[in-house]
Amino acid sequence: MNKILEVRGLSKTYGPGCPQCVESTGPEADTNLCPHCGSVVAIHDVSFDLFEGEILGVMGESGSGKSTVVKAIYFDQAPSSGEAIFYDSDKQHELFALNAARQRWLRNHRFGMVYQNPHLGLNFNISAGGNIAERLLMSDVMDYGAIRARAKALLARTEVLLSRVDDLPKHFSGGMQQRVQIAKALATRPPLLFLDEVSTGLDLSVQARILDLILEIQQELKTAMVVVTHDLGVIRLLTGRAIVMKYGRVIETGLTDQILEDPQHAYTQRLVASAL
Amino acid sequence: MNATPLTQGGNAYNFGFLDEYAKKEVRRAVLKAIAIPGYQVPYASREMPMGRGFGTGGLQLTLALIGPDEVMKVIDQGSDDSVNAVNLRQFIEMTCPGVSTTTKTTGCTLIQSRHRIPELPLTAQQIIVLQVPYPDPLVVVEPSEDKRKTMHGEADYSRLLVKLYEDIVKFDEITISHRYPTRINGHYVIDPSPIPRWDVPKLDDSAALILFGAGREKKIYAVPPHTRAEPLAFSDVPFRVEDFRDGAGQRRACARCGSVDSFLDEFVADSGSKTYQCSDSDWCDGVEASA
Repeated sequence: MNKILEVRGLSKTYGPGCPQCVESTGPEADTNLCPHCGSVVAIHDVSFDLFEGEILGVMGESGSGKSTVVKAIYFDQAPSSGEAIFYDSDKQHELFALNAARQRWLRNHRFGMVYQNPHLGLNFNISAGGNIAERLLMSDVMDYGAIRARAKALLARTEVLLSRVDDLPKHFSGGMQQRVQIAKALATRPPLLFLDEVSTGLDLSVQARILDLILEIQQELKTAMVVVTHDLGVIRLLTGRAIVMKYGRVIETGLTDQILEDPQHAYTQRLVASAL
Repeated sequence: MNATPLTQGGNAYNFGFLDEYAKKEVRRAVLKAIAIPGYQVPYASREMPMGRGFGTGGLQLTLALIGPDEVMKVIDQGSDDSVNAVNLRQFIEMTCPGVSTTTKTTGCTLIQSRHRIPELPLTAQQIIVLQVPYPDPLVVVEPSEDKRKTMHGEADYSRLLVKLYEDIVKFDEITISHRYPTRINGHYVIDPSPIPRWDVPKLDDSAALILFGAGREKKIYAVPPHTRAEPLAFSDVPFRVEDFRDGAGQRRACARCGSVDSFLDEFVADSGSKTYQCSDSDWCDGVEASA
């Protein structure tokens, strides 16, 4: 299997930071707030690999830093330190060493992101089709007919009624907004997709359909995905491998089945035991 | 530097109203604007003895560039005789002694214009200054100037193109009638001031230097001579200028001079009937005189 993403030592601290930050935070210290300088150590020394066509789960409680990991790789927030290498067919990109324009290029052409809150991923002032068009225009597709056809095909694929292509997303239900977001993220056929709590907050039947859709797409396009969620059901259904985070540290990593059936770390054991 | 005032005789004002330091500042901004085609250069934009929004940006460019032997033409919506043009021309005559003014496009060396570029092709000896109300084409999609600067720097105009996309979805054509976003030299997209689409192709590979001055927004930008200017469009929905054909497909002619290759203004009579006339009065006069 080919490696697609290699993350090493990713860290992000909010605040001034001090030499004691790292040792006085984390699962052992039971906090991510440094008592000496008041900085928040959102993530520290996160490392993982992602292979072609694989779905990696990142789980943990609220505030464990799981979203910060994908936000850093998707260039939403620059990390404090660490590196990430993206293997794009025959090229390698060291993500945090690139200039802003190159980062934007990668983000538009090669990555996709689906946020928990559709307001972050969609522009609510333009139509659903326009949202997909925006993404295609960002990646230099300049043919109106081609854009229109692709937008329709994507919305059909994600089961959004074609009669609503030109409606504003604010008139859509939450599940539909999420499906438009997925269509938008897939517009450029990215080899790497980030899903940040995609199904959280949706009712169960809609949740199931969104997850089915993601699995189907993954089978079809062999897209590598990083799925961030606190929902163990989602982890079990979607992912092959998972990492467990607490207070910004990776406390356990391995095959999903293994983690869920035979958790090693005390926190993971509690997490799995508490699942409904 | 030599910034001695050029006051003459009993005239208390410096030649060109602006003091020499102000002129120098504007000229520096102009040089930078020419060096980076389409980039909006900030400048101080002095108080002028008229309200901002009445062409103060264009006027400051004019006054910074004008010399005693200049032949000046002032246009407002194609006409030399409308209020804005007359006022500006009189102000220039008053503050720049020795300068001659004309209404002819041929022979003038400096043109200040509001909302039109003359029909007659300009020459390398001429400079045209356009008055600009809103210099940034991205203002319709991004309210933060900080973010707009980054977008310009990275030539990220996809959100502008989405506007065009939505237009075609709704109306089957691009409905921007004036201020058509135009990409200069393959990078920066400018707001070419409220010139009609008809005038946009004149920006491309122009022999004359085209300068844009926004007084209220304090920006100067330029399309240098022989620079590419491409209106934003899709590869299968190309840019097109105004269509002046009537219902029968016949190109409308100017009611006064009969010209069929100029931008026409529409006049609606009290009876409801419409007549069409050249917007460029000098062009109209020229065609009429040669007929």
